[in-house]
Amino acid sequence: MRIELEKRPQASAFYSVLSPFIALFLTVIAGGIMFALLGKDPFSALYGFFVEPLLDIWSIHEIAIKAAPLILIGVGLSICYRSNNWNIGAEGQFTAGAIAGSIIPVVFYEWHSPLVLPLMLIFGMIGGALYAAIPAFLKAHMNTNEILTSLMLVYIAQLFLDWMVRGPWRSPDAYNFPVTRDFAPEAILPELVSSGRTNLGFAFAIIAAIALWFMMRYTLKGFEITVLGQSQRAGRFAGFSSRKMIWFSMLLSGALAGLAGISEVSGAINKLQPIISPGYGFTAIIVAFLGRLNPLGIVAAGLFLALTYVGGEAVQLTLSVSDKVTRVFQGLLLFFVLSCDTLILYRIRLVLAGRPGAAQSGAS
Amino acid sequence: MGIVEAILLTVITAATPLVLAAMGELVAERAGVLNLGVEGMMVMGAVLAFAATQMTGSPYIGILAGIAGGALFSLLFGFLTLTLVANQVATGLALTILGIGISGQLGEPYVGMSGTKLQPVAIPLLSEIPVLGPLLFRQDLIFYMSIALVAGVHWFLFRSRTGLKIRAIGDNHASAHALGIDVIRMRYLAVMFGGACAGLAGAQLSLVYTPQWVENMSAGRGWIALALVVFASWRPWRLLAGGYLFGAVSISQLHAQALGLGIPSQFLSALPYAATVVVLILISHNRRMTLINTPASLGKPFVPDR
Repeated sequence: MRIELEKRPQASAFYSVLSPFIALFLTVIAGGIMFALLGKDPFSALYGFFVEPLLDIWSIHEIAIKAAPLILIGVGLSICYRSNNWNIGAEGQFTAGAIAGSIIPVVFYEWHSPLVLPLMLIFGMIGGALYAAIPAFLKAHMNTNEILTSLMLVYIAQLFLDWMVRGPWRSPDAYNFPVTRDFAPEAILPELVSSGRTNLGFAFAIIAAIALWFMMRYTLKGFEITVLGQSQRAGRFAGFSSRKMIWFSMLLSGALAGLAGISEVSGAINKLQPIISPGYGFTAIIVAFLGRLNPLGIVAAGLFLALTYVGGEAVQLTLSVSDKVTRVFQGLLLFFVLSCDTLILYRIRLVLAGRPGAAQSGAS
Repeated sequence: MGIVEAILLTVITAATPLVLAAMGELVAERAGVLNLGVEGMMVMGAVLAFAATQMTGSPYIGILAGIAGGALFSLLFGFLTLTLVANQVATGLALTILGIGISGQLGEPYVGMSGTKLQPVAIPLLSEIPVLGPLLFRQDLIFYMSIALVAGVHWFLFRSRTGLKIRAIGDNHASAHALGIDVIRMRYLAVMFGGACAGLAGAQLSLVYTPQWVENMSAGRGWIALALVVFASWRPWRLLAGGYLFGAVSISQLHAQALGLGIPSQFLSALPYAATVVVLILISHNRRMTLINTPASLGKPFVPDR
C-alpha cells in the first residue's frame, strides 16, 4: 500500500477551514494514547487537560495571560513566513525586548511618572526590532541564512539576560537571588478587568492581530507580502523589493516579539529573572501555523496553545505527570497541522496495488 | 600526558558529535532535503542511547539504540515532507520541538542517574605512537565511526553510482525522475541516514561527552551542525575540518572558564553560538559561491507526475 497525491485544480476552501480542526482532533486522540501509555486514564486526563481549565475563572485568566505573548509573536511571525522569511528566533527577540523595556524600571527606578509604562513598551518594541535587525541585515545584505542566525541569537540573548540578572542588574535586596528589583507600581501593566489577572498585554495582542489582518486583507503591503512570498520573481516584476520585505517583516515581527517580552515581564512577572518564558517564541511558531498564517486564525490558535500550557500545569498536579507532556502535545499538534495542510492542495489516495500508477500513466 | 594533549582530547570529544550530525545532514541535503530537525533527532538519540545502556548495561547496545532511534524518528519527517509534501522548514522545526518534548518525557526517570561511559578501545601498535597514538588511536568506538563516516561518505558521494544519483536528485529532481531514478525512495533513505547519524551523535553526548542524561542536552549542537554543513559547502572533508574548528571554539570556553580570566561565564558560553553566526557571515557574503555549492533542489518539494 502506498499514498499518492493528486494536485487539486485549485486550493480547497473546504479543507483550508477544516484542516486545523482535523489536526486538533488527531492531536487529542494521540494525546489520549500518550496518557494511556503513561498509565493514566486517557479520558479523565484529556478532560483535565482541555476542559477543566475552561470551567473556572482563574484558569481562564491564566489562559488569556499566556495567549497574549503567543498571539503577539505569532501574528508577527505569520508576516515573516508569508513573505518567506524564516525568523525562528522570536524567543531571542522576546528576551531582547524584555531587557530593553526593563531599563527604566530597573535602572531609573527612582523616576516616577505616568510616562514610565508607555516608554517601557516602546523600548521593548525597539529592543525586539533591533535584535531582529541583526538577522535581517545579514540576510538582506550579506546573504546569510536567517534561520540559523536568528536561532543562534536566541541562545545569546538568554545568556545575556542570565548575566544581567546575576550581575549588573541584580537587586541589592534579593539575598543574592538572580532577580532584578521589583518593578514600581507605575511600571506594571494594569489589569484589564476586575475579575482576574488578565492584563493589557491581551488587548495589545488582539489589536495587533486585527491590525495585521486588516493590513494583509485590504492594503497594498499585504498584497506585496503575499506576492513576494509566493514568487520573488513575480514580486520583482511588480516592482516589489524582496530586500525591503526582509527588513519590513523581520523588524515588524521583532517589534511584536519585543512587545510581548516587555508585556510579560511587566504584566505577569513584575521583575526580570533568568527564565522569563516557557518557550513562547517557539510555541508561537506552532500558533502561526495552526492559525494558517492568518492573524485572526492565530488569535484562536494562541488561545488553544495557551490552554495546553494551563491544562498541562493542571494535570501535572492532579495526575502527577511531568510538564514535558505539554511540549509533546505542542509538537504533535504542529505535525498534524502540517500534514493536514496537504489536504488543501492535494487529494490523497491510498493505492493498494504493488506497482501503482502504471495503468493510469498509460492512459493519461 | 601533557596539557596540550589533554586539551586536544577535549577538542576531539567536543567535535565528534558535530561531525557526526553534520555528516548525516550533508547526505540528506545533497539529496535535496533540508531537515532542520537535527537537534530533535540528536536529543532523541541521546535519551534512547542512555536508557538502553541503563537497561542492558552495555553502551554498545546504547549506541545501536541511538542510531535506530534517530533513524526511526527521522521517518516522521520523511513521511511529512516526502509523502505529504509538507513544508520542510516547518516540519524540521516540528521535529525539533517534538524531539525535545518526547525525550524530556522519556528521560524523566533517568535524570540525575550516573551513566556508563563508553570506554576507549586502543588499537594495537598505532596507539603506541607518541602524541598521536593516545589522541587518535586510543579513542572510543564512536570517534572511529565518525572518521570512517567522513571517508565513507566522501567515497560514496563522489565515487559510487548511488552517490551520483543522490547528487543528481539534489541538484535537479525533475531530471533525475525523468531518468528513472526513484527520487522519493532515495530521499527517504538519505533522510534516514541523516537521522541515524544524528542519533549516533546524540549517543556520543550521553555516553561519552557527559555520560548522563540531562534534559535538552544537545544544547543547540544540532543547529550548529546545520551551520557546519553550509560552512563545509557540502563537502565531507571540509566538514571534518570545520567540525574540529567548531569543536575547538566550543571547548575553549570551558578552558577559559577554568583559567578564570575574569570574563563572565555567560559570555564564554555564548561564544560557540556567536562564532557560528560569524562563520555563516564569512562564508555566505559571496552570493555566487553559495549558489554554486548549494544543491539546487534543496528544500524544494517534489511530487512525481504520473
